[in-house]
Amino acid sequence: MVVWTDFERATITDIFSKLDYEAVGGATLARCLIVYPWTQRYFGNFGNLYNAAAILGNPMIAKHGTTILHGLDRAVKNMDNIKATYAELSVLHSEKLHVDPDNFKLLSDCLTIVVAAQLGKAFTGEVQAAFQKFLAVVVSALGRQYH
Amino acid sequence: MLSAREKELISEIWERLTPVAEDIGAEALLRMFATQPGSKTYFSHLDISPSSAHLRSHGQKIVLAIAEGAKDISQLAITLGPLQTLHAYQLRIDPTNFKFFSHCMLVTLAAHMRKDFTPVAHAAMDKYLSAFAAVLSEKFR
Repeated sequence: MVVWTDFERATITDIFSKLDYEAVGGATLARCLIVYPWTQRYFGNFGNLYNAAAILGNPMIAKHGTTILHGLDRAVKNMDNIKATYAELSVLHSEKLHVDPDNFKLLSDCLTIVVAAQLGKAFTGEVQAAFQKFLAVVVSALGRQYH
Repeated sequence: MLSAREKELISEIWERLTPVAEDIGAEALLRMFATQPGSKTYFSHLDISPSSAHLRSHGQKIVLAIAEGAKDISQLAITLGPLQTLHAYQLRIDPTNFKFFSHCMLVTLAAHMRKDFTPVAHAAMDKYLSAFAAVLSEKFR
């Protein structure tokens, strides 16, 4: 059972309530594909990923990034039961999408950096710790049903 | 593998940050202490509270070494020779901490450079810091 402090709950809710899902979602997925190019293996049908500019301008990537980010809403609303909340999604990523769970950490690192760039000074070490703890729980839940 | 353009980008960024080496270094360290409490065990002999003189001077040392390496990345093994010995035989820091610190440095750069910390800059910097950490740990065994 994950124990959340009041500060952590408030921080996570606050960050997500102020998030521009379109901007951040697209930017995060694009950044992941650029910084960790091997992740492109899962996006063969997504059109032009030839270079950073192409990836950043790719509307399919932008849209999918938004979808992924909205997927995190479920965890924000169910912080005390993230494992159960993502059981189905975990099965999907394992059985249907065949995504190596290590990739979840890569994407979450990119999200941390995009949010840091958005919030600047306000993304203090304590806020970062809360955000990373949240993402670590999500990442763990998403990998839980792999076998 | 770093392209010529990436090496340029990396050395440009660190040159720009050298004047604020203390701020950047201290912040990266504080982020690491907040997110990886185990890393604090290496600093039991120092005062690592925010804005302490120890923290700032230590942060500055680290950033200046990273900046120095960035001036000629092909010579990293030579530039870092003495630091390799220090880390291997005296400090003996578990190398996973280099990853944690590098990540916190990237977050610090993002928080400071905001929009200018583009995905291309991020990729180049991540590669450089990984190479730096790898060279630094070469004498460990």
